[in-house]
Amino acid sequence: MAERPEDLNLPNAVITRIIKEALPDGVNVSKEARSAISRAASVFVLYATSCANNFAMKGKRKTLNAGDVLSAMEEMEFQRFVPLLKDSLEAYKKGQKGKKEASEQKRKEKDKKTDSEDNDKSREEENEEEEERMEEEETKEGENEEEEAEN
Amino acid sequence: MAGSDEGGKMLDFADSRQVSLPISRVKLIMKSSPDVNNINQDALFLTAKATELFVQYLAAYSYKKGSGRESKCLTYHDLARSPEECDTFQFLADILPKKILARDYFKLLEEKEKEDEGDGEETDDSD
Repeated sequence: MAERPEDLNLPNAVITRIIKEALPDGVNVSKEARSAISRAASVFVLYATSCANNFAMKGKRKTLNAGDVLSAMEEMEFQRFVPLLKDSLEAYKKGQKGKKEASEQKRKEKDKKTDSEDNDKSREEENEEEEERMEEEETKEGENEEEEAEN
Repeated sequence: MAGSDEGGKMLDFADSRQVSLPISRVKLIMKSSPDVNNINQDALFLTAKATELFVQYLAAYSYKKGSGRESKCLTYHDLARSPEECDTFQFLADILPKKILARDYFKLLEEKEKEDEGDGEETDDSD
C-alpha cells in the first residue's frame, strides 16, 4: 500500500486534545493553528528520528533504542523533556512486564483447568491454547528471521 | 491530574505510562526517514511520548508569547513567531512561514526588481 501524505500526519482529534491540555481553560485554537502544530509534530518526529539514528550509527547498531532517543532530545535542545521521559519509560516497561506476567499466569491457570474439566470444554481450550502456541511460534520465527537478517 | 502551566515549565501527564498518540502512526513516520532500519519498542514509546510533550510545549509557549492572549485564542500567527522567539523552534522556521499581505508582497517584488535594475546601471563611485 503506497503511503499517502495524510498518513504521515497525526490524528487531529488527539493533537487537539493534547493542545487543549496545555492551554488555560476556555482558550480556543484556530483550525490553522491546530493544523500547523500537527505538521510541526510530524516534523519533530522526523527530526528526532534522524538525530537518534545518528547516535545508533555511531554505536554501530541497526536498531534505534531508548538511549538514542534520549540523546537526540539533548542534541535537539529538548533536555527539559528528559527527566519526564525517563520516568515514563520506567512506568511503561513495568506495565509491559506486568502484562507479560499476567498472560503467562493465565496460561498456567488454563493448563490446570484442562486437567480437571469435561472433555468438551478441554477440547475448546486446547484449540485456544494451540492458537496461542502457534502465535508464539510465529513470533519466534519472526525473531529468528530478524536475527538472520541482522547477520 | 493534568496541569497546565505557563509555557516553559514542565507539564504533567495523568498516567505517564500511557501515550495518546497512536504508536503505529509514529512508527510509520519514523520509518519514512532514510537510513533507519529498526526501532525497538522502548524507542517507539519514547518518541511518541516526546512528541506529545513537544506539542504541549509548542502550544503553551506560542500562546504565552503571542498576541492571541487578548482574544483568548491561539492563532497561526502566534505559532509562526515561535521560531524567531526561541532557538529551539528554529527547525520549524520553514514549515511555519509568516504570512504577508499580497499587496505587500508585490511591493517587495517591485522594490527588488528596481534594486536589480539599479545594480546594472550604477557604477561604484567610492574613492
